[in-house]
Amino acid sequence: MTIRLNVVDRNGGEHEVATAPEGSLMETLRELDYGVSAICGGMCSCATCHVYIDPDWLAKLPERQSDEGELLAELQFRQDNSRLSCQIQLQQAYDGLRLTLAPEE
Amino acid sequence: MSEDHIYIVGAGHAGGELAFATRQQGYAGALTIVGEESHLPYQRPPLSKAYLKGECEATSLYLRQLAAYEKANINLLLSRRVERIERASKKLVFDDGREVTYSKLGLTTGGRARRMTINDAARAERTSNFHYLRNIDDVMAIRARFEAGQRLVVIGGGYIGLEVAASAIARGVKVTVLEALPRVLARVTAPQMSEFYEQVHRDAGVDVRTNVEVIALDFNAAGDAVTAVHCTGGVVIPVDFVVVGIGLLPNTELAQAAGLEVDNGIVVDEYAVTSDPDIVAAGDCTNHPSVFCGRRIRLESVPNAVEQARVAAASLAGKPKAYQSVPWFWSDQYDLKLQMTGLSQGYDQFILRGSMQNRSFAAFYLRQGQLIAVDAVNRAQEFMVAKRMVAACQSFDPVALADESVPLKTLAGASGSSFSLRFAHRRWPPAVSARPHCPECAYWPVWRVAACFEHAARSAVAGKNFRATPGGSR
Repeated sequence: MTIRLNVVDRNGGEHEVATAPEGSLMETLRELDYGVSAICGGMCSCATCHVYIDPDWLAKLPERQSDEGELLAELQFRQDNSRLSCQIQLQQAYDGLRLTLAPEE
Repeated sequence: MSEDHIYIVGAGHAGGELAFATRQQGYAGALTIVGEESHLPYQRPPLSKAYLKGECEATSLYLRQLAAYEKANINLLLSRRVERIERASKKLVFDDGREVTYSKLGLTTGGRARRMTINDAARAERTSNFHYLRNIDDVMAIRARFEAGQRLVVIGGGYIGLEVAASAIARGVKVTVLEALPRVLARVTAPQMSEFYEQVHRDAGVDVRTNVEVIALDFNAAGDAVTAVHCTGGVVIPVDFVVVGIGLLPNTELAQAAGLEVDNGIVVDEYAVTSDPDIVAAGDCTNHPSVFCGRRIRLESVPNAVEQARVAAASLAGKPKAYQSVPWFWSDQYDLKLQMTGLSQGYDQFILRGSMQNRSFAAFYLRQGQLIAVDAVNRAQEFMVAKRMVAACQSFDPVALADESVPLKTLAGASGSSFSLRFAHRRWPPAVSARPHCPECAYWPVWRVAACFEHAARSAVAGKNFRATPGGSR
């Protein structure tokens, strides 16, 4: 089983990415050659896997935990729809999820 | 002239990043990573944390899965060691005797666990219950011994040792940590932080002993297992297994034998170029100029490996950009998320914000009033602010730093926005144009070398085009 993600890269290019609905969103995004650097590997320590979730999808994802909110709070490119992709576990229901990669800090 | 083929020697975090970043820089020629381990490049930090606890599998440590290498057309030569580099003919010689020719070379050889030097160490290394911790195989062996009631002695109270202790005690192992210095984490942090971490470990049930040196080991009759650790003061500690975490040695032998400049790491300039303009290096193995610190440093850190690898990739692709970053690190023990930025060595003032008892605080290190480093425990938001504050190389009011009623953000407010601006007031390193350069090729290979090291070495090769670094002119 795969799900499709709609990923907008940092140059505005749109990509349809097929992935298995398991692991974190970050793990899928770091495989892409335009993807996230995810320096800390999902420990919620570095905020280098920052993405903007399409507003239509935002409410369908689980809420941020405190660590994630704290890291995001101080980012230069933070928006209301900012998330750290390492904190989002992929599932079947996310088929069609649309997101944009945030600029690198 | 043969076709371009960039080889990257060392398949760790820096090596993996260097390969992909080189592709992202637009290099389309042949690209091969050579690694001694059988694994794809993987993340090491979880080795002493989640992976040690058995919470994740080896493949989830991989930086990228195999398909990403195939897609980027990056070749992997794994379980293969490079025996030597013949720079004159631009050849790599492998352990099986095979030779290849490189057009450019990346050295991301990393480091290896520092080994014990006591007389019994060599014998202990041949047993099955005496472990160092650097790679996946080491951890597979260690975590197989994590059973309730087993007695573990951790030699070394640094981050690796303490993370092993935290992971082991969570599995019901009886843990003793032995540190030769008067306190744990002595090389990297303040006494107050050491005391805090010692207490945290003791509260968790770890027997932390400082000022204790290991002088000898006992073995079983068959000689295939360590049974006790003898310490200074006549203390003997019976063990079921031993983990040694006493630091890292950079893997520089290959570079040294090839005649590259080496000095506590492979010496590179701010473009990650070694004393040979066709060879770059990145990660734990490099001695590099730090604009932030105003001196040369060698770092053992993932952020450095990744960011320096990108700089090295830019140089390989002929689009050099200078490496300017502020060191940062993290360590996870128990419920404590420790994040550190800057280097605290040489501080003269320690300011605590928040409460160690509540396990949520930030420690500020100042030197002559200037903020040089911050350690944040369970304060991710303040850490993100602190990174900007440390990068600003400014003075901050110590009273305000300690005052929790003053949001850190308001103190940081005036900090500049870009690295180059923030570093603009610094005098080191001098601008490239101000440096002496090789009269032959305008290349500034190595900081302390006034003239072109490489040019002298290859002066016999007529008509050789040397790459000029930016700012260079003939």
